[in-house]
Amino acid sequence: MKWSALFTSSIGKKLVMSLTGLFLISFLVVHVGINACIFYDLFNTQDDGQMFNIAAHFMGSNWVPRFLEVGLFAGFLLHIVQGFMVEFQNRSRRGVGYAKQMGNKGSKWYSRSMGLLGTLLLLFLIMHISQFWVPSRITGLPEASYNPEHHDMFIKMVETFTDNPLMVILYLLGVISLYYHLIHGFQSAFRTLGVYNKRYLIMIRSIGIGFSVLVCLLFALMPVSIYFGWIGYSN
Amino acid sequence: MEHYNMNLTLKVWRQKNKDDRGQFETYQVKNISSEMSFLEMFDVLNEELIRDGKDPITFDHDCREGICGACSMYIDGRPHGPWQANTTCQLHMRAYKDGDTIVVEPWRAQAFPVIKDLMVDRTAFDRIIQAGGYISINTGNPVDANAIPIEKDKADLAFANAACIGCGACVASCKNSSAMLFVSAKVSHLALLPQGDPERKDRALNMIAQMDKEGFGGCTNTGACEAVCPKEISISNIARLNSEYLRAGFTVDK
Repeated sequence: MKWSALFTSSIGKKLVMSLTGLFLISFLVVHVGINACIFYDLFNTQDDGQMFNIAAHFMGSNWVPRFLEVGLFAGFLLHIVQGFMVEFQNRSRRGVGYAKQMGNKGSKWYSRSMGLLGTLLLLFLIMHISQFWVPSRITGLPEASYNPEHHDMFIKMVETFTDNPLMVILYLLGVISLYYHLIHGFQSAFRTLGVYNKRYLIMIRSIGIGFSVLVCLLFALMPVSIYFGWIGYSN
Repeated sequence: MEHYNMNLTLKVWRQKNKDDRGQFETYQVKNISSEMSFLEMFDVLNEELIRDGKDPITFDHDCREGICGACSMYIDGRPHGPWQANTTCQLHMRAYKDGDTIVVEPWRAQAFPVIKDLMVDRTAFDRIIQAGGYISINTGNPVDANAIPIEKDKADLAFANAACIGCGACVASCKNSSAMLFVSAKVSHLALLPQGDPERKDRALNMIAQMDKEGFGGCTNTGACEAVCPKEISISNIARLNSEYLRAGFTVDK
């Protein structure tokens, strides 16, 4: 069997979606972990995002995360392109549609809507990257007050969400899309890898729900906390 | 159970042949007994159509006791109708009440082209089975039934998968028109037994290759197939099939 035949078969395509999906899930752990440093401001009001800026500086200056970043973009690209291809191929398999749809009889709406949720996430991603990644890597950010070698990423966050309810809502919609994408994607990824033992499937399902809730809740709290002034500058 | 008669409105898909566009026709059926099966109601309607000199509705049926997998109606947005773990032939009219309107469509999938009305061509399933859904044995004297010990749990699980009647409800219900539940039942049935072991790699690879060739979609684990399967084949078999296929795909030596 040729490798190309393996990876272009229906299960091979799913394998690519599963592996890239799990890689992106691992990125979410890092992303939410680093960003959650802004919550240190809740315990030390003099922090002013310093903890977060130091963590962001490490991610931007150390060669290991920079190297992984290349893989991350490749992972995103593969997941997105393959996702669209699989979605359109699968949609074309029906031919004539049903007059009466099955709807939610037997499957969850979000399980059937991974393509739509993924598209919403892609739109969110374009907005998000242009707001944060592009200034931090290309167009430049102001220097941090405590250390001129560090970018002040925190001020960018504060500027983005302060007095901007529309942006907060857009981010919350992105987080909601991520939540439902993850609820299905997390466990589906493991099923695709061939985990069929019931005891593991139950475990994976529970961990998947817990992970989706925790990650999305933390992400959602970031714009909300800044908007309501729970986190910000002390003066 | 109380017996009653009912009058119903049926909206049935009529299509002369594979190339015809097809459309819904509405029929009124009267005095249908609650003790009739769904197919018997169609028999009554067909008798009337024949009496009126019209073309009777074509539909697949054979054993009419839920074990052959021939019947294949998509009834009110669900393959095999509203009952759980049930085939169309075992659906009885007590599921309905007087005045109900029932919409009946054929299985919809490009791999299952409509032959006529509610009858679809499911020979794609036969070709998938021919690609590897068997074990090769030398014929001769029968071997002692207990010559190969098989643990009870595995034997039961293999039997549960062998219960798949190949009706195609999984394909009909799946948003991707995927045949993965069918293939997974057939692969699991044999992979769980020692007799299936010698050909397990080729079986998984060849059956999936044939499934893709037939034009079925890929699985996205939505679970609709499991919900409508008349034999309640579990979706965890699809994960087992993934495991069988990937193990074979990465270790096969040719």
